[in-house]
Amino acid sequence: MLRFILSRALTLALSLLVASLVIFAMIEVIPGDPAAFMLGLNAEPDTVAALRAELGLDGSLPERYLRWVGGMLTGDFGISYTYQVPVAELVGARLGVSLPLALFSLLLSTLIALPVGLFAAARRGRPADWAIMGTTQFGIAIPNFWFAMILVVIFAIELRWFSAGGFPGWDQGFWINIKALFLPAIALALPQAAILARVMRSAVLEVLSQDFIRTARAKGLNQRQTLIHHAFRNALIPVLTIIGLQFSFLIAGAIIIENVFFLPGLGRLIFQGITQRDLIVVESVVMLLVFAVILVTFLVDIAYALADPRLRRPQ
Amino acid sequence: MKWPVALVIGLCLTVVFVAAALLSFVWTPHEVEALNIAAKLKKPGAAHLLGTDHFGRDILSMLMVGARTSIAVAIVAVGIGMGLGVPLGLLAAARHGSWLDDLVMRGNDLVFAFPSLVIAILITAVFGPSAFNAIVAIGIFNMPVFARVTRGGALSVWTLDYILAARVAGKSKLRISLEHILPNIANLLIVQGTIQFSLGILAEAGLSYVGLGAQPPLPSWGRMLADSQTMISFAPHLAIFPGLAIIATVLGLNLIGDGLRDLLDPRIRRER
Repeated sequence: MLRFILSRALTLALSLLVASLVIFAMIEVIPGDPAAFMLGLNAEPDTVAALRAELGLDGSLPERYLRWVGGMLTGDFGISYTYQVPVAELVGARLGVSLPLALFSLLLSTLIALPVGLFAAARRGRPADWAIMGTTQFGIAIPNFWFAMILVVIFAIELRWFSAGGFPGWDQGFWINIKALFLPAIALALPQAAILARVMRSAVLEVLSQDFIRTARAKGLNQRQTLIHHAFRNALIPVLTIIGLQFSFLIAGAIIIENVFFLPGLGRLIFQGITQRDLIVVESVVMLLVFAVILVTFLVDIAYALADPRLRRPQ
Repeated sequence: MKWPVALVIGLCLTVVFVAAALLSFVWTPHEVEALNIAAKLKKPGAAHLLGTDHFGRDILSMLMVGARTSIAVAIVAVGIGMGLGVPLGLLAAARHGSWLDDLVMRGNDLVFAFPSLVIAILITAVFGPSAFNAIVAIGIFNMPVFARVTRGGALSVWTLDYILAARVAGKSKLRISLEHILPNIANLLIVQGTIQFSLGILAEAGLSYVGLGAQPPLPSWGRMLADSQTMISFAPHLAIFPGLAIIATVLGLNLIGDGLRDLLDPRIRRER
């Protein structure tokens, strides 16, 4: 087990290294000098040069790369060009929106998908199964930002149950913020839930076709008991993997959804960074998101190996 | 052989959209670029079947031309993904267990680790927003999917007896890969291709929606949705129809993918 974790950790470190190189290289190709951009067209050349020096733009490429990576390792993500505050501070504040949003929608999608998938599997081939599978086909096809717009029209503009966007901030109380995140979380969660329900259904069906299920039925367990005690738990392993993978989709989806609902999260931060040429913000936030996804994949791998010893063997 | 219902429905939906896209080259109900402020924000009616937008442009015509953009972007993106991913997958399978195999698979894992939209946003931000850069961004993320599917499928074919026979007969790994492996995994690739196609359409819509895909004056479903957002409270039809177009197209392609899988893989058909 230790060897397995070590080899996975090595892969994790290598992925992060390559990812940081790729992101750094891409940012370097961006046309336009941030210092000149910030100061506008009428800036004196020596003012621009001074700002370049202050921002650390005049070092050689390897030097700047090492400074960037070294800074991140020590928690120093640089100073945002436009906000003039440390990027770490910005990211911390924005995480307070993005992380709850991602977790909230992950929770919603799991709570919806697992029972629905289990139910469809139990009713396999019957009208309920057909109806559920048909609905999930629609769920997969719906773009989440469009769904978000429709939710806003119905629940914010027509019914006025929720506000159409914005985020009050956690100092304004807990429930008011949960309420603000509710529509965005639903918009993110339902299309993911559709995928997850399908995975859950086929995982349960796969388990149900195995011999130990027949044994369980033969020793007198009824269908409900078999489903809950045996099928559900065994189906969870593949389902967990998909939940881990969906984290990446949630992060990507959150970028667009945050823009629909004007939520001050990481997604909007990246967007503003790109339009304002705030390269320090862009490269650091992208790197952080990639890190989050790689870390989740790593943790899922470990959890998977803990649950199923067969996977610990080197492949 | 009986065709699965999903396949038939999927084909119908897809044919409608491909036909609409092709038709838009020669005919649209109204000129797409014709501005007619007098007829702006018309509700769906006889003159404009799906209504008009804030410039008085005909929604149906824009949807038809937008279908062209979506289909073109998705086809080329899937083409890039297949063109690069399939050879890599074949190579990895032919050299199974070697450092080359390892390299391809680790590279795959790495690309998977990047949240695709984040990188698509980076690419379009670096090289400027355009339909072409959207294609490249979506295409890159199709590559590992095809490499993985190809490798997985190819590995199981490599274990079959007639491949061993071909080896014994002195065929090179390259020739075996092209002449025996590839035709045998074509089913898998076609199914995956339809699924990636539908994901490509969703991705293009998402990128255009945030302003990083097709640029004006090229109509695109995603941008129509973005434009409609500020007017959604008094002109909901501007948002509803492009959304339905996206859903119907993606649904159609997914149903084709599912149906083809059922049709081409008798094992799955029996289990259902």
